[in-house]
Order: sequence, then structure tokens, then C-alpha cells
Amino acid sequence: MAVIDAGFDLSTAKAQAVRMLERKRLIAFGVPAIVLVYLVYIFFSFDVPGLAERARLDNVRILLSDTYSHKTHVERDSRTDKVTVAIERENKGTYAADAWPDWVKRDGASTMIDLPGDSHVRFDPDAVRFDIPGYGLLKIVQSPLGITIDAPTETLPSWINASESRVTVTRPEGRLTVTKTRAEVLRYFFGWELFWFTLDSPFYGKSATELLGLAVSGEEVRPGQSNIAAMASDFWNNAMWRHKDVAWAIFETILMAFLGTMGAAIAAFPLAFLAAKNFTPGLLARFGVRRLFDFLRGVDGLIWTIILSRAFGPGPLTGSLAMLLTDTGTFGKLFSEALENADPKQVEGLRSTGANAVQRSRFGVIPQIAPVILSQVLYYLESNTRSATIIGAIVGGGIGLLLTQAIQTQKDWEEVTYYIILTLVMVMSMDILSGWLRTRLIGKSAGHQPHP
Amino acid sequence: MADLAIGHAARATDIKSDYLAMTRRKRMYSGVLLILFIALLASGFQLTNDRNAGGFLEGLPKLFEFPTELIWEAMQKAPALPGNLVRYFPALVETINIAAVSTLLGALGAIVLSLLSTRGLARWPRLIPVFRRMMDIMRALPEIVIALVLIFILGGGPVPAMIAIALHTVGALGKLFSEVNENADLKPVEGLHSVGASWFQRMWLGVMPQVAPNYLSYALLRFEINVRASAILGFVGAGGIGAELRVAISWGTGRYDAAAAIFQLLFLTIIVIDQISSHYRNKLVRGF
Repeated sequence: MAVIDAGFDLSTAKAQAVRMLERKRLIAFGVPAIVLVYLVYIFFSFDVPGLAERARLDNVRILLSDTYSHKTHVERDSRTDKVTVAIERENKGTYAADAWPDWVKRDGASTMIDLPGDSHVRFDPDAVRFDIPGYGLLKIVQSPLGITIDAPTETLPSWINASESRVTVTRPEGRLTVTKTRAEVLRYFFGWELFWFTLDSPFYGKSATELLGLAVSGEEVRPGQSNIAAMASDFWNNAMWRHKDVAWAIFETILMAFLGTMGAAIAAFPLAFLAAKNFTPGLLARFGVRRLFDFLRGVDGLIWTIILSRAFGPGPLTGSLAMLLTDTGTFGKLFSEALENADPKQVEGLRSTGANAVQRSRFGVIPQIAPVILSQVLYYLESNTRSATIIGAIVGGGIGLLLTQAIQTQKDWEEVTYYIILTLVMVMSMDILSGWLRTRLIGKSAGHQPHP
Repeated sequence: MADLAIGHAARATDIKSDYLAMTRRKRMYSGVLLILFIALLASGFQLTNDRNAGGFLEGLPKLFEFPTELIWEAMQKAPALPGNLVRYFPALVETINIAAVSTLLGALGAIVLSLLSTRGLARWPRLIPVFRRMMDIMRALPEIVIALVLIFILGGGPVPAMIAIALHTVGALGKLFSEVNENADLKPVEGLHSVGASWFQRMWLGVMPQVAPNYLSYALLRFEINVRASAILGFVGAGGIGAELRVAISWGTGRYDAAAAIFQLLFLTIIVIDQISSHYRNKLVRGF
């Protein structure tokens, strides 16, 4: 009994336990409270309340409907009386005057446009008529003085927006806009327009079975070229979707990531020996190389990109060199840590056989650190594919450039969607590839990402 | 006896020659691979060089022109430096705030998603693949894409960048967190289950105490990465120090003192955050 009493005071132990519990309780309430206060500060500092005013929810509708549908414009210029039918109102999507789609018909001097749900729009010489089942006939007369509207009801419904110079009728089946000089009907269609072939291709509008039939038949649609080759070339050179440029951009992005990562690994490998304590006893060299790594990492990809694009101009080389410089710092640090953790026994064993310094490193150290290095390089290859998309947007290379251009024009959202899907597929397949290579080269246990 | 000894010797020479042949073959393979790899790298650099606006060799002498000009001007206008630092400090705070909030929100999302997608812990085991794919997609989406689309909807400012980085963080941290979860001991969870604890209670009391240090360590590393990402996003269109840097650089010669100040702020911030976070990560992983 006396033994226990000696050196063990129950009351101090209790006081300690109580203090510890109190501290724990304080942390349990204090940390969430601090986080909450911080979030409140952010809420006002980021002006989240003002966001509701600035947010343009109609843009969401445009964006969403554009991603899965496209619109065809039928437009009449009142001065020339010329009617054009164009997909997305683009030159590349304009129908030839003698090959209009079957829902746009010529009727003497008038043009008749069928819309879904039995609605019709007529561009007549004297007026524009919109026949809406369940509402009636809307007659809009254009004149240089102004626009007059003749509706079946006294007050106009909310889907008609009329002024002296412009009338817009927005219906689910389509939209009619009439100004003094032109009248335009929009009809929406599901899907991405002209994704496979453009209008000037003989394969446009053919079903998959028809195309398959053409592919196997000997009859050449375009003389001197087999049908499959013609199809491939029409698809590849599609002016609307530019499949060739997109494929090249994806390749360029992966190339940038590959060059940046591998170049950095090659540059960092010898330097890492200089930064490792067990290989470079000299303090000065070690200190210098380590600070170089810190500097390369600290300057950051963004600043390197800016500095390098001043010298080399915009382009993929600038992007890959920027990644190379930043990652040399990162790899240098990681590799030299791996070197310092290498087991010295194997080196000792080699030394006992009379091996020189190079041989000791080659057979005693490199086999130990190769799995670590390989797994880190492969991990960065995947993560740099994503970075290359972002850096590409700054230096003007790869899929990042196409993406930012498409987003900034703010109208080709179907292209944005397409590029996003391609980017996702690209990054995810690089992820799978690097994971597969990792387990293949190093074994299951090293399939995980290196611990920070 | 003599026979046996001769047999041994013969086998030994066989083994030796086999071994040497194997080594030679291995060396040849790795040599071929190495040559292929170097050829790939060289042709890749050649290709990007051709696609670049300015070539590598023409650009090399100019490499130090811009930094020299910048430093020279910054030194001449050294008295303006403190003023510039103060002037751009709010933008820096905004960049750090974007990174901090997105790390915070992203980590919270990642905790939930990673718990839902870990075998043995998941609330709905059948939905594990769904949550995994969700994280894969969030991880694969580059921040810039989400940020630019959100800028179109929400207008400029820090919020689009914050959401974009947070979404990416959910995916990136979620994967790491679920690796941590897989190593967690299930006994406390089972114990809590036997006394009738709900799923939330089991996770909060049974799993969290085991995984919290690793979670924190990964989140700190992510914060470092997110500070860089938020600076880059600013440069491409969201707010913060990146946007200021873009403006300052476009002013050109004569106004480089502002750009130099921003460079210094960014450099110092990244170094400081790097050091602090690596200090605490070491502490967390090796124990207090």
C-alpha cells in the first residue's frame, strides 16, 4: 500500500484529468465555433448576398438547353426579301437555297415554316403570320415607320414582348423575332448539330444503316475515293466541330504534361543526390540545392508561365517548361527525402565488396528508391494532365485554349460540353493508365498515392 | 565424390553463364527502352518547339530579360514597394480566403463522400460505386472549366473560383480520405453499433478519432495546392491576386514595380504556407 501512495497523489491526478477533459471540451466547441465565425466573415466578404442580384439565371437556361439541343434559324431580310436557313446561324451551317429542310417550304412569294405542335409561321410579302393552335392567328406587319401587331386577344399574353421596333414571341415550340428590317424564326432540335458531317458532305442526314450500306457498297459517292475514306475525311475535317483540331489539342495537352513531368524527373534526379544528407556531406552544396528546390517550387507555375512566355512566346513549349521548372523543385524535395530514407545496410554491403561510389548508388540505392520515384512520377503525370489544361489556357495551347475560347464566346455551349467531356475522359484515362502502370511496375502495395 | 564435385563445378559454370546472359538481356532491354524514351522525349520537345510562337534557342538569351527588367525597375522604385505591398494585400487575402474556404468546404464534402464510399463504413453499401464515380469525376474536372462556366452564370468575383476549387477538392481529398478510412479499425464501429448508435454517431465517435490526424494532414497539403490554384484562377478571370497580377503585367515597362510587389507577395505567401503546413503535417503524422 505504501508503495502506491509514494509518488502518486490522487488529487493532482484528478485535477489533471479534469483539466484535460476541459481542454478537450473547449476544442470540441471552439473549433466549430471558429470555423462558423470564419464562414460568416467569408459570407459577407465574398458578398454572397449580392450574388443573388448579379446571378443571371436566364443564362442557366441558355446554357442547359444549348448543351443538349441546337437551333435552326430561318431569317428573312426585308430589304432584299432573301430567306436563309442556317443551323446556329453560322455560315458553315447554312442550307443551300434549293435544299432546305422539309419543315421550311416555299409557297409562291411566301415562306411557310412548320413548328412542332401544329404551329405555323408564314413570311408573307405583306406580313408575318404566326398561327398558334389554342390562341389564334398573330399578324405582325413590318414597315419602316414601326411594327404593328394584330392579335386575337385584346391584351397580349406574357410570352409576347412587343415594342415599336421589335416583337418577340417566345413559345416552347420556337421563337419568332420581328424587327423593322428582318423576321426570324428559331426552331429547337434535340442533339448536337452536324456533329458527324456538315451540310456540304454527301453523307449528311443519312442514318447509320445507310452509311453502313454505303461503306460496303462499291459505288463511289465521291469519285476516286473509297466511301470509307471519304466519310473519314468528311468527319475529320468537319468545319463546325473541328475534330482534327480537337484531337490535336488533346494530344498537345498530354504531350505538355508528359514533357513537363519527365523532364522534371530527369532534372531532379541527379540534383536530389546533392540535396540528400547521406550522399553530400558538404553543408554548403546541400543547402544551396535545397534552397534551389524551394525557390523553384515557391515561384509557382503561374509566375514561371508568365516569365517563360515573355522569352519563348505563347505555346505548348512554354507550358511544358513551366511545369518542368515547378516540378523539378517538387521532385527534388521528394526524391532527396526518399534517398535519405534509403537503408544504409545495402550500401555497406557493397562497400565491403570494394564497390566505388557510383556502383554503390547504382546497385545499393537506386533499386531501393526506384519504386518511390516511379510511383511519384506517375502520380504527377496524371495530375499534370489536369494542370496542362489550365496552363494551356494561359499559354494558348491544347484543349485548355479551345475550352476557354468556347466559353468566352458565350454561345457555343454544346462545344463547351463536348470539350468538357473530352477533358474528363482524358484526365480519367490518364488516371487509370498511371494507376495501372504503377501496380504493374511496382506491385499492388505501391498502388497508392505517396503520403505527403 | 570426385564426380559430384565435377558435376557441381559444371552446374556452377552453367548457372554463371545463364546469369550473365540474363543480365545482358536485361541490360539490352533497358537500353532499348531508355533510347526509345529519350527519342520520345526529344521528338516531343522538338514538336512543342515547332508549335511555340518563339523557338527555344531564340528565346533562351531573352530568358533573363524580363526578370532583370522587373528587378531593375523594382530596385529603382524601392521606396514605392511598401505602398504597393499594402495596396495589393487585400487581393492576397482574398486569394488566401478562396483557398481556405474551398479547402474547408471541400474537406467536409470529402469526409462525407469518402465515408459513404468505403467498404465496411458505407451507409448504403450498394451505392459505393456511385459515390466513387462522383469523386472521380470531380477530381478529373479542371477547376478552370467550372470557374469559367460559373462566371458566366454568377458574374465575376471570388465565389465562382471558390466553388470550382471546392468541387475539385472534394474529389481529390475524397480519394485520399477513403484510403485512410480503409485502414481504420472497425472494432469501435462495431461496438457502437451493438449499443444502437446511428450511422452518424458511429462515424463521429468511432471513425473520426482514428482518422482525424491523417485527414488534417492531407487537408493542409491540399490548402497549399489550393492557394496556388486560386492565384492561377484569378489570372484567368476570377478575382484575387491573380487578377491584379494580370492587370499589372499588362501595364508594361515603367509600371513593373506593381508586378514585382505582387510577385513578392505571392512568393512569400507560398513559402510561408508551405513551411507552416509541412511543420504541422510532420507533427500530425508523427504524433504530438
